[in-house]
Amino acid sequence: MANRPLRIVIAKAGLDGHDRGAKVIARALRDAGMEVIYTGLFQTPEQIVQTAIQEDADGIGLSILSGAHMTLFPLVLEQLEAQGAGDVVFFGGGTIPPEDADELRKAGVKAVFTPGAPLQEIIDFVEAECGKRRELVG
Amino acid sequence: MIDRPSGLGAEPTPEFQEEQRRWEAASAKGKSRRGPGSGATDRTISDVPLKTAYGPADVAGLDLARDLAWPGEFPYVRGIHANGYRDRLWTMRQFAGFGTAKQTNERYHFLLEQGQHGLSVAFDMPTLMGYDSDAPQARGEVGKCGVAIDSLADMEALFDGIDMGDITTSMTINGPAAIAVAQYIAAAEKKGIPRKALGGTIQADILKEYIAQKEWIFPPRPHMRVIVDMIEFCTREMPKWNTISISGYHIREAGSTAAQELAFTLADGFAYVEACMAAGMDVDEFAPRLSFFFNSHIDFFEEIAKFRAARRIYARHMRDKYGAKDERSWKLRFHTQTAGCSATAQQPENNIVRVAFEAMAAVLGGTQSLHTNSMDEVLALPTEKSVEIALRTQQVLAYETNVTNVVDPLGGSYFVEALTDEMERQAEAYFTQIEEYGGVVEAIEAGFFQKEIAEASYRYQRSIESKDRVIVGVNHFQREEDRGDLDLLKITEEVAQGQARSLQELRAKRDAGKVQQTLDRLQKACRDEGDNLMPHLIDCVNAYCSEGEIVEAMAAVYGRYTERSVF
Repeated sequence: MANRPLRIVIAKAGLDGHDRGAKVIARALRDAGMEVIYTGLFQTPEQIVQTAIQEDADGIGLSILSGAHMTLFPLVLEQLEAQGAGDVVFFGGGTIPPEDADELRKAGVKAVFTPGAPLQEIIDFVEAECGKRRELVG
Repeated sequence: MIDRPSGLGAEPTPEFQEEQRRWEAASAKGKSRRGPGSGATDRTISDVPLKTAYGPADVAGLDLARDLAWPGEFPYVRGIHANGYRDRLWTMRQFAGFGTAKQTNERYHFLLEQGQHGLSVAFDMPTLMGYDSDAPQARGEVGKCGVAIDSLADMEALFDGIDMGDITTSMTINGPAAIAVAQYIAAAEKKGIPRKALGGTIQADILKEYIAQKEWIFPPRPHMRVIVDMIEFCTREMPKWNTISISGYHIREAGSTAAQELAFTLADGFAYVEACMAAGMDVDEFAPRLSFFFNSHIDFFEEIAKFRAARRIYARHMRDKYGAKDERSWKLRFHTQTAGCSATAQQPENNIVRVAFEAMAAVLGGTQSLHTNSMDEVLALPTEKSVEIALRTQQVLAYETNVTNVVDPLGGSYFVEALTDEMERQAEAYFTQIEEYGGVVEAIEAGFFQKEIAEASYRYQRSIESKDRVIVGVNHFQREEDRGDLDLLKITEEVAQGQARSLQELRAKRDAGKVQQTLDRLQKACRDEGDNLMPHLIDCVNAYCSEGEIVEAMAAVYGRYTERSVF
């Protein structure tokens, strides 16, 4: 089991249909050798965390353009705690102003990537953080 | 000696061809040696191979009368007006909407005072998806990406103090488009302005939603019926209204190439034409009020070629395939917006420059109306300052650069004509593929468009990652930035609370019997294909039914759409 590929849930939440970023990230992580589960659109924070638990995911990447990030990111964090999955690496990205990104990181989002972030940087981050989690969780 | 026609599109003489071969052998054969990013020099952004220089041989197949003609004449590749911008500049139409109707109304008054010609309404996500502001699905989204409009009361507040008979309004809304038109009509008529006096555009392009933007409500087939009803009603009752704006913008933003944007948008347009004809309308009755909406991306010449090809393809199809006889039915009229997806969060001031080039391409491509993006939109909704710069960009272009003096100034350029031909060729190849699926709706159901776009956007992102394509400030010329001091527009949660409160007050004071009655009649009309939905929608709106209630009544008959996700 130790050598199975990392499993990552890429998620879209709320009513925001802009899924270009989410799909590009999903493809890039898959091409980097990970198993990627894309939730599709219009998921609730509850559904996203459920998916991650059912899929035994190492990480969740949430993409938001609509401006609802300060509501929806904390709701996912809350759900992760509530479902006893606080160790799942939670990261995200989208159209997010710098100060909001800082606040989200403080709240427990592991990384926030804004438009223009290099795919390799995201891949490296996921490999490192989810790899660490693997070692801890086993 | 054989007489040969001379000039563009003519077969070059053997002597000239010999000269060309000599020149090509002497030149670097189109390969760039300039280092990083040079991969981008031999291909357009959409991957069309480029030569170092173009000559007569590249347009040898071009028939001057058939393919080019003159501005204002079939096939309109050179523009739909003989005089271009000499008689009338394009409409400067900035897209705006945020928070409550009252907040947005203040921004509209500001923009009109600054010299903007028309209004363009951006709705928030819950409104676009057919949910009321107090619906659980609207959590965190109210007033964020646009203005929240729950009922006629909000539409009235949005146009408070604005003469709806004088200005024109564009509304970017698709799923609930028919409801928004009903609200607009009702708001105007309450002020004593008859619907026949209303000018503007409703986007109402539901096919594009399934392909790219993803703000749908009902499944494609019943939704097409709603749109056709709306087109029919507006055609007959609102002579100054553009009944639909068929949009490539979001297809491009979702990551398509220029040729895909062109092909998919026109294919959608033809699907509406076919649907209206199938519903018994005469093509010349509705086609003159169809309009289009394109993206202007950063690859300057490719964009110009795309706009020119769009007009030529449309004219040929409308006349020859759909049998339109009225010249107005042959002319493709379009609005353009600069590419949001070309803007960068890094060094956001660079976006001002990108927008200026993209706006120039739109104008050289002959657009009728233009929205220039604000530099900070990649981070948040624009501030008043950045909106002003974006509008001034258009004004400098219109009044200082002199590019408006000559119609289609690039017409006859070997390169632009060759690229226009290439865009047309690629679009036609896509039409053939779509036909093989059985049509646009069938191709949507098969995930064809979604897959093509996802592929293209991934390819594009990869070319940036490999630094094959240079994005200034992103993969080259970066610098450390402190972006904490950027002045960004914030929408507070108070907006959502306020909307929810007014909605509850509205529900308490309106005539509940009338609400139920109009919703019941609407539902009955949804089941009866022969009954146009629009008058029923206007009745619902006038009874102050909320958008969410109207959508729910319709969804009970039609169902809601879910897509198969592909990446």
